[in-house]
Amino acid sequence: MTTDTQQLNELERAYIVLTQKGLPICSQPYHWLAEQLKITVDQTLDITSDLISRGIIRRIAAVPNHYKLGYILNGMTTWDIKDDKAIEYGKKIGELPFVSHCYLRPRHLPNWHYNLFAMIHGRNTQEVQHYQDQIKELLKDVLQTHQGKSQDVLTSTRILKKTGLRLKVRN
Amino acid sequence: MDNLDKQLINLLQKGLPVCEKPFLAIAIALKTTEEIVLNKLQDMLDSGLLTRFGPMFDAACLGGAFTLAAMQVPQAQFDDIAKIVNSFEQVAHNYERENQLNMWFVIGTETQNEILEVIEQIEKKTGISVVNMPKEHEFFVGLYLPV
Repeated sequence: MTTDTQQLNELERAYIVLTQKGLPICSQPYHWLAEQLKITVDQTLDITSDLISRGIIRRIAAVPNHYKLGYILNGMTTWDIKDDKAIEYGKKIGELPFVSHCYLRPRHLPNWHYNLFAMIHGRNTQEVQHYQDQIKELLKDVLQTHQGKSQDVLTSTRILKKTGLRLKVRN
Repeated sequence: MDNLDKQLINLLQKGLPVCEKPFLAIAIALKTTEEIVLNKLQDMLDSGLLTRFGPMFDAACLGGAFTLAAMQVPQAQFDDIAKIVNSFEQVAHNYERENQLNMWFVIGTETQNEILEVIEQIEKKTGISVVNMPKEHEFFVGLYLPV
């Protein structure tokens, strides 16, 4: 595991618990938060910036509903790339705007030889194909072939279960 | 959706500055008023166009363990097996996908050990082996869905 659980202090834990469901939609949302935390607005902004710099908060943003914006197709693309280049090239793929998740995962030989996973989203099949082609082009120097294949796309045919992952705030 | 709606969705996805009046900053960037930005954002949340607004946390940083797991399920048994797998509260997402490995799900637990216990129980209840693919490295993503 590369992501370690970061040490959080009492105040940071309280911050997370209060904002897990979101921030209030008002002119000064951090004023509300400062009041709840019984600290100043400046301190609240400082904690926010610090949590961002430590990677605990990715950003303060809105999460769109993919489907309602027309992004109805998702494909889990999987690639077999050279291990010694995996981190360098994985980073490039993660930076593509149409990739929502990007991971290195263990191979399970002989049946599963892909190590790079990139989830892509598109509005139609041409768009998804185009994105796949872009990834392939970026990876062309590090792709490996196993039993005649170096990539696969696993499109989802059915959602069987979808519940939010609960963010656990531990003591 | 008018032009301003689209610009707003695009900007709000990319993230707000950390400051006292973040929506005013957005309003200035879009040459509109803070009130219009707030009203539009509230409408989009109410209509479900946006699902959430606020800090986006890295779940793994907050403790807990996650993995992606897959199984090769015979078509005739598929729905029954799905029911068994979904009955585990630690299974958060489950998708049918086009592949020999045709069932893919995310397991989220408090500890690493619990992941292995859940996998063992799923294998026991279904009689099908589970391929465990925990992440070895996560890359920062900049998902952006332009409208």
